[in-house]
Amino acid sequence: MITVKKLVKRFGPKIVLRGLDFEVESGEFVALLGPNGAGKTTFLRILASLSRPAMGEVRIAGYHLPGQASAVRRRLGVVSHQPLLYGDLTAEENLRFYGRMYAVSDLNARIAEVLDMVGLAPRRRDLVRTFSRGMQQRLAIGRAVLHDPDVMLFDEPHTGLDQDACVMLDTVLREVAARGRTVVMTSHDLARAADMASRFDVLSRGKIVASVRRDEMDTTDNLLAFYRDAVQEREA
Amino acid sequence: MKREAKLSTRNSSLSAPRSPLRDFLRALWAIVWKDLSAEWRSRELLTAMLIFSLLVILIFNFALELDARARASVTAGVLWVTFAFAGTLGLNRSMATEKDRGCLNGLLLAPVDRSAIYFGKAIGNLIFMFTVELIVLPVYSVLYNINLFRPGLLLVILLGSIGYVAVGTLLSTMAVQARTRDILLPILLFPLIVPVMIAAVKASGGFLQGLPWIEVSTWINLLIVYDVIFVAVAFMFFDYVVEE
Repeated sequence: MITVKKLVKRFGPKIVLRGLDFEVESGEFVALLGPNGAGKTTFLRILASLSRPAMGEVRIAGYHLPGQASAVRRRLGVVSHQPLLYGDLTAEENLRFYGRMYAVSDLNARIAEVLDMVGLAPRRRDLVRTFSRGMQQRLAIGRAVLHDPDVMLFDEPHTGLDQDACVMLDTVLREVAARGRTVVMTSHDLARAADMASRFDVLSRGKIVASVRRDEMDTTDNLLAFYRDAVQEREA
Repeated sequence: MKREAKLSTRNSSLSAPRSPLRDFLRALWAIVWKDLSAEWRSRELLTAMLIFSLLVILIFNFALELDARARASVTAGVLWVTFAFAGTLGLNRSMATEKDRGCLNGLLLAPVDRSAIYFGKAIGNLIFMFTVELIVLPVYSVLYNINLFRPGLLLVILLGSIGYVAVGTLLSTMAVQARTRDILLPILLFPLIVPVMIAAVKASGGFLQGLPWIEVSTWINLLIVYDVIFVAVAFMFFDYVVEE
């Protein structure tokens, strides 16, 4: 579903991604782990077609970036730590707006389904600026799945959420992943990632330095040890 | 169970036959609707533009104690200075709303031609600009005892506002990505809108002083050319401006 070969991204003289290779099969849930500044967000922005690679090949669902960005965008749902929602619109109006942008058919019914899925149906007519951070993040997930994308990109979706909101968000994330979508999620929270992902890739200094499947990691402690080893080896 | 079945069969947005023009117009209208709805709720942008405009014309009214003849000659300048400064406030605020919660990324992630985003934002900005002008004109007429509701002047305001907003929307999209966005926009914008300001002031002054059409038409033509050039330039470069 996602194929990335020898990806390079520069910001001026600074090289952020250094020949990164990455492959995700359809239906996989990949947790992308790495220290701050490893290039996780930059990588996700390239996959989301928000940033242009300097070199390398990126293909999503058979379409290449940036040449076929519009076809890729139609198949992508993106959730970041920012909600990408308008505070002065209601939850329903936000979804209606994005539904029109994605040309979603039967929009009213779809909005009702999505609000129901993220547990915000009773608050549909409330302004988003009155929502808690957790509610905004759940609505952000609703916005991202509104057009029924094949691929979901989550960029540290738990940032700034309290424990209760994280648990609620996890429930929605699991529901999204359970529908057979391909998911790539960056996270600093290894325990949360361990709970949901089917594969863990470690990104350090602009490259994927290690990868392991969930069935090869029986405990969160093992995952933590694996992560530390991978990062330290790269740093050395 | 029922809900899951409904969700799993959905993919209609991908399989439906698509018309690029219809998608373009749908996205454009969605953005205009969104901007107007949000502004209707908050009234932040229009309030700021209006208060600023009214204060400017009030200050000019007290600062320049003018006789009737002098009034006709300075009116065009005062009006366009007011519109230009108030417009900058509006352009800054309009784009800041997109940036604050990452909404600009939300727009850029949509599978629509990015020029639809530009035109949607520009039309929204133009509506805000016209709204302010519609309120400022009668207030100015009363304060300065001069009739501003003349077809020629209204045409100049229409053309001048289009040129201002065309370049302003493009530059505000650039400026909003910088940390110093509030001061960056006027620094980028004002040098570029000098031609439209000169043409608009000259044409407005001509109509207020009752000059014949032939003497004003040069400035009107310049405004039209400027509008066409900047709309075309923005259409071509918006994609590059928003790309990282």
